Amino acid sequence: MSDSPTILEVEGLSKYFGGIKAIDNVDLDIRQGEIVALIGPNGAGKTTFFNCLTGIYKPTAGDIKLSDPRNGKSTRLNGKKPNKITEIGMARTFQNIRLFPTMSVLENVMIGRHCRTKSLIFGAITRNKATRIEEAQIIERSYEILKKVGLHRQVNEQARNLSYGAQRRLEIGRALATEPFLLLLDEPAAGMNPKETEALVALIREICAEGHSILLIEHDMKLVMTLSDRIFVMDYGKKIAQGTPVEVRENPAVIKAYLGEDVDA
Amino acid sequence: MDYFIELLFGGLTRGSIYALIALGYTMVYGIIGLINFAHGEIYMIGAFTSFIVATVLSIYGFPLLAIVVIAAVAAAVWSSAYGFTVEKLAYRPLRKAPRLAPLISAIGMSIFLQNYVLLAQTSDFLPFPELIPEFAFMEPVAHIVGSSDMVILVTTAVVMVALTCLIKFTKIGKAMRATAQDKTMAVLVGVNVDRVISATFIIGSALAAIGGLLIASHIGQINFYIGFLAGIKAFTAAVLGGIGSIPGAVLGSLVLGLTESFATGYISSDYEDVFAFSLLVLILIFKPSGLLGKAETKKV
Amino acid sequence: MFPVKELKRSALISLWFAFLTFPIMVIKVDPIERIVHWRWDNMFFIAFGSFVLSILAKVFMIQKERRASRKKRKIAAEPLIQRIAREPRFLYPLVVACFAFGVSFPFLFSTYQTNIMTTALMYVVLGLGLNIVVGVAGLLDLGYVAFYAVGAYSYALLNLNFDMGFWAVLPIGGLLAAFLGVILGFPVLRLRGDYLAIVTLGFGEIIRLVLENWNAFSQGPSGIANIPRPGFFGMEMTFAGGITYIYYIVLVLVVITIFVVNRLQNSRLGRAWLALREDEIACQAMGIDKTKTKLIAFSLGAFWAGFVGVLFAAKTTFVNPASFTFLESAIILSIVVLGGMGSIIGVIVGALILILLPEYLRALSEYRMLAFGAILVIMMVFKPEGIISNVRRSYKFKGTNTPEGEIHE
Repeated sequence: MSDSPTILEVEGLSKYFGGIKAIDNVDLDIRQGEIVALIGPNGAGKTTFFNCLTGIYKPTAGDIKLSDPRNGKSTRLNGKKPNKITEIGMARTFQNIRLFPTMSVLENVMIGRHCRTKSLIFGAITRNKATRIEEAQIIERSYEILKKVGLHRQVNEQARNLSYGAQRRLEIGRALATEPFLLLLDEPAAGMNPKETEALVALIREICAEGHSILLIEHDMKLVMTLSDRIFVMDYGKKIAQGTPVEVRENPAVIKAYLGEDVDA
Repeated sequence: MDYFIELLFGGLTRGSIYALIALGYTMVYGIIGLINFAHGEIYMIGAFTSFIVATVLSIYGFPLLAIVVIAAVAAAVWSSAYGFTVEKLAYRPLRKAPRLAPLISAIGMSIFLQNYVLLAQTSDFLPFPELIPEFAFMEPVAHIVGSSDMVILVTTAVVMVALTCLIKFTKIGKAMRATAQDKTMAVLVGVNVDRVISATFIIGSALAAIGGLLIASHIGQINFYIGFLAGIKAFTAAVLGGIGSIPGAVLGSLVLGLTESFATGYISSDYEDVFAFSLLVLILIFKPSGLLGKAETKKV
Repeated sequence: MFPVKELKRSALISLWFAFLTFPIMVIKVDPIERIVHWRWDNMFFIAFGSFVLSILAKVFMIQKERRASRKKRKIAAEPLIQRIAREPRFLYPLVVACFAFGVSFPFLFSTYQTNIMTTALMYVVLGLGLNIVVGVAGLLDLGYVAFYAVGAYSYALLNLNFDMGFWAVLPIGGLLAAFLGVILGFPVLRLRGDYLAIVTLGFGEIIRLVLENWNAFSQGPSGIANIPRPGFFGMEMTFAGGITYIYYIVLVLVVITIFVVNRLQNSRLGRAWLALREDEIACQAMGIDKTKTKLIAFSLGAFWAGFVGVLFAAKTTFVNPASFTFLESAIILSIVVLGGMGSIIGVIVGALILILLPEYLRALSEYRMLAFGAILVIMMVFKPEGIISNVRRSYKFKGTNTPEGEIHE
């Protein structure tokens, strides 16, 4: 794994809100095919870190470089708009689920296909051949993705009527529809029961096996320890440790940060 | 030089009136995040109420001082009552609705109140009775600064100080500040948020009513449509100063009043309202947080 | 049946309104003649009216709650219109009947009626145009009338200065309005919803004030008169013939608009608009260019307003700034809100109700704007989805072997 190309390189990333240093000089890297976890106590700045990566926040300082393993092109992400970043090939899910609640499950995934398709006003009005073929492909591809995340039976259901776990999987499906090479998952297992979590682990493994790299934020330590190739630990906006699960588990700084929390679970 | 001073005082007078109205916008926005589009109409109703009361009293031969006091009190009371009712009817049921719903409701309320006054009273311009006499001691400077300018400036200053004290030192003021900062937290520590919101509407409406009385006696005429323009301008002032911020509303109002005064005085009076609207559009595009407001960070 | 507690409450409400409306409704002064009219009968009407209305509102609320709790137990029965629209068996004959009625209208009714119907149909198009912006994309545009004005003035001015004909200006008017939409939209569309509303309002007023004050350009408040009606291959037409002709032009425009708006809503673009209305941040994270997508909706809406503007100038043969006040924007917004945001049938019904009703019930026309204001409030409070809630076509997936998007309504 260590000889795979680096696809995400974050150097000295900082984000200040007024005087508060939400992220303070954090480095991180992800290599092609890896599953990397970002952990830390609540308020450590993990989600802010995601928001900086995906362009929702503008970082105060630092560099973010994303390299597409499919063509070796690398891009500096600082100051890019969220939609551009998704187009380059990094998609995300949200900690507090942000689906399109009144749209159907299928439509939610179809939205994910938006940035990989083209038809605009003219195509919409004339509904010419190219547009019809494109629409059919959007639906076909979306259905395949729904099958993969196990939601193809609820394809016509409204997204808000899905169970919590199913909504999380739909978010992953929607993100996959944008054809990312790097997938950011923000607490994908939050609110899931053990059975659902197990299915999620299998799903993440499957996605990874298909060639997607994954960066995930998670509080479920069992999941983190079984899935991750490497782990980065944040606390109070700073990176306090990094390494393999075994290394991180034994790191005294990490144990201190989690004081009282059951790291070994 | 005289012309300059005249424009300066004209601008400050204008700015004071805007400030009285802008405070209502900014307080409501600070607490429930709503652009209370009907606020201009509350001001118009204040002006109308004071017009009606003052005219009736003067017909029945009351002394001037009594007329001024009763008209001011009546304007404040009824405007507050309207503000309170509007909030209960049109905004309270929509507290949890998407952001645009209360705004559309507010626009509807504004149109409704305008036409209500139009139908119940008249569409004509009405002459407003002269409530502020020309003071003898103002004689030497009367050609530059009118007595009513002076009264407006002094009244506004007094009202501002009173409002500041109210917000700083009273229990309801503290509750208002708490609610503006964090509504959920305020509820948890026992603040009756509904009552705070009602109080905000009442205070804001009373201020607008005072503004309505002052401007009506200053200009000398009113009609049902004055609320729209005054409302937009006061809103511009509130945004200019940073909506949600009380000192910001006052600062923004003075800046807007002076800008308008000098622009119409030195450039052209044809485009008087265009200045305000352009300023509004430009601020919202380039610095929506205003002069003293804080930029919002979206939570994801 | 109706609890005493509620009656007491209603009595208090009616007392409150009697107090509230006292100075404005009861007293009317004549400052010149120095006479005071005391209109005590108004106080009685207000008290009685608010008593009845408060009871009705309460009954409505109770029923709504009951319906909501019933909904939880089983899926609510679909509204009639929705069922009709879903069933091609009913829908097609209905559409054909409406169309036939529309085509034969000028033969069945007088010129006067035709003229009113033309106005109503113009509002249908305006409503459908604004519906793209407000209903579908969720952008509250309070300056919509500015684009309407641009269309109307393009025809008036291009005709006055360059002697251009109706048919030449029709697309130009639409395109100019759309262009202006892009120019304005580009900086403002990244603003938050309520700020966007106020900026567009300000912009609409600026356009009107400029038209009013820039005499050399627009002839100021007096406006431009003697704008020619559209020609028909150079044929001379009678007054009635001209009105019928414009009626048909507008009718064709209505049909085209319905067709286009319908197709747009059910496209990749329409999906993006809907998604944008539901969650902007999620949309961006899905790779949708927020500004571009909004800009398209905004300028498309403007395009339609410009189109209708040209027609308006041709129909009335006269334009002046007074036709393009904020209230006009508010009327069009009322149509969209009353009909049901995002719903095509709703907007059509909304426009016909709001424009035709005051025309035919002359007694009501005085209360027109009052009613429009009340409609906006009442709809938001009681029925935000409109009288005909959006029958959104959603993509139904049928079969697993041949994945193909079937569209149902």
